[in-house]
Amino acid sequence: MAIGQVARGDAEAAVRPPAIEVRGLRKEIGGRPILRGLDLLVQMGETVVIFGPNGAGKTTLLRILATLARPSGGLVRVAGANLAEVGPAIRRWIGILAHQTYLYDDLTAEENLRFYGRMFDVPDLDSRIETVLEQVGLRDRRHDRVRIFSRGMQQRLALARAILHRPRLLLLDEPESGLDPAAAAGLRSTLAAVEQPDRAVLLTSHSLDLGLELATRVVLLVAGQIVLDTPREAIDRATLERIYAGAVAGGRR
Amino acid sequence: MIAKAALILEKDLRTELRAKDILTAMAYFSLLVLIIFNFAIDLREVSVDAVAPGILWVSFAFAGVLGLNRTFVREQERNAIEGLMLCPVDRSAIYLGKFIGNVLFMLIVEALTVPLFILLFNLSAVGFGLVPALMLGTIGFASIGTLFAALAVNTRTREVMLPVLLFPVLVPIVIAAVKATGFAIGTISPDLAIPWLNLMIVFDLVFVVVSYLIFGYVLEE
Amino acid sequence: MAQLVVPRERARRFAPWSVVGWLTILLMGLTMFGAFIYAPTDRFQGIAQRIFYIHVPSAWLAYLAVFVVFIASILYLVRRSGFWDRVALSSAELGVVFTTLALVTGSLWGRQVWGAWWVWDARLTTTLVLWLIYVGYLMLRSTMGDSPRTARFAAIVGIIGFIDVPIIHQSVNWWRTQHPTPIVVTPGENPALPPSMLLVLIVAVIAFSALYFWLLNARYRLETQRERIAELRRELQGAADV
Repeated sequence: MAIGQVARGDAEAAVRPPAIEVRGLRKEIGGRPILRGLDLLVQMGETVVIFGPNGAGKTTLLRILATLARPSGGLVRVAGANLAEVGPAIRRWIGILAHQTYLYDDLTAEENLRFYGRMFDVPDLDSRIETVLEQVGLRDRRHDRVRIFSRGMQQRLALARAILHRPRLLLLDEPESGLDPAAAAGLRSTLAAVEQPDRAVLLTSHSLDLGLELATRVVLLVAGQIVLDTPREAIDRATLERIYAGAVAGGRR
Repeated sequence: MIAKAALILEKDLRTELRAKDILTAMAYFSLLVLIIFNFAIDLREVSVDAVAPGILWVSFAFAGVLGLNRTFVREQERNAIEGLMLCPVDRSAIYLGKFIGNVLFMLIVEALTVPLFILLFNLSAVGFGLVPALMLGTIGFASIGTLFAALAVNTRTREVMLPVLLFPVLVPIVIAAVKATGFAIGTISPDLAIPWLNLMIVFDLVFVVVSYLIFGYVLEE
Repeated sequence: MAQLVVPRERARRFAPWSVVGWLTILLMGLTMFGAFIYAPTDRFQGIAQRIFYIHVPSAWLAYLAVFVVFIASILYLVRRSGFWDRVALSSAELGVVFTTLALVTGSLWGRQVWGAWWVWDARLTTTLVLWLIYVGYLMLRSTMGDSPRTARFAAIVGIIGFIDVPIIHQSVNWWRTQHPTPIVVTPGENPALPPSMLLVLIVAVIAFSALYFWLLNARYRLETQRERIAELRRELQGAADV
């Protein structure tokens, strides 16, 4: 089943702890194996895209990293801290953009950000809200209720919410899903705008375009196992498509 | 932690001030129950003082269940409850914020309903003992109510599941609250209400502490 | 394929339970003999009093069962093992069955002795509310289906429900004693129970307890098998899907 080479980011043996360190991660839901022993190491500054068919376990992996789900087995460290041992404070380090926006429809864009900002004790909250609203291009809509926002605007505001507390690990779960091409393009430029050197980004995607554009590393997850892990520059689109198709077909036996 | 709970409370109040749908529905429902009881029980034959406390608490209980459900449905709309779970605070802060919010919503509805109730049922004497009776009863109701609402909102039949789970467990609170309210409304000496109020204080403490400790288990995965 | 070879091994493992089964049958026979033949007829209540030997053990089991739900629920939340969840579920079902039995036998007896099917006294009311709580518990489980979340939520209800029992009893007690209720002799409160009656009661309680544990094990095994079948079915479906 092992397809392609497995490259680990060991080259830059960093002094800092890696942003993500996952060893032998297993997750079962209702007796069904979702993740079957994952190893993944992501350094600060990397942007890793995870491709994979539906049901491969991408969302489950992200939820475990975000402390929303517990692993059934294996080790998960975020910024050096073992998630099984640390308290809620670790969540300050993590930001996630999930399938749903986590926004309150009856509050304005700014109120939503202010609420989450205060929950996270963000310093200089006013100027920080200003900055992120600027970055996602919603400054002049700040006093509008989220209820009247388009899907694309909601998604951008959700991104603003995810990066508000300056997380060192940003998790993006199919950020382009449910968006029309124009909105997806807008989101893509927004994602590029919020890039930061001292941060790791892990995103899942169905869109090869989006993933290949943003990523520094490409991971392929099929049926709960990593079948490919390679630097972005070591692979071109056609090769990736071929491996993807082969792995998905192989995963189905 | 208290500060975070207060933030959640403030957010809920702000949202409700804007949407107003929960309080409106609760107040309307509670009034409706009073009026239906007026038809169900012929007050020319039954002593008002004897049935009034029971009617009042049935009305609050139904309005309360409605409100408990709605406050969590609101968190579920965009899965904001997960957003809260991602905040660097203990789950118990979420419980506390939600619990206090639910108590406030119920007390607001009670403050609106009680004057109408006195008016509609032509109650003669209402003592100040009513205030602690309503407060303590409401706290007890919302304590387990908040815990079970967080749980019931995740089931297919949440509107049914919450009262099914909640009402039997709340029997002690209902008994004590009805008794204490009765002594505040009726002609019997209000001193008799004191043991019931004390009992409710004990119930409230037990229920709030247990719910507070156990709430973290509701919000997982 | 390996699963198909298991039966012999399984048979050996369940041997102690068949002992409990036979013991239950024996003790039940003894209880019936004691209740209908050996024990004297009550001077005041007559033949109706003999329901006592079914009623009291049923009530005892109802409370034992919800106590087991309580302990299993706590252990589930701590250990997160499916074992404790299945124990809690099995015991809750038995709890509802025996609570129903206690309520029905009590009502029949009450009709004969007190002349009323139902009296709102503390013990009866508490048992009725207990019944409601655990029926709710089972309803919650059945609407949610199989998942770790179901197990967790059920555990919470199982814990709260049990903690609530003494509180309910206390409040109902006060509620009634503050009213001038007719004083009735509640079942089991007879201080001067003749030794022969006491003996039969003790045998009955032991017999019912054995029955409880035997049923608990049977129900537990059934649940394990049901989950295994669901698992296999999912695997088959998964294989068919892809």
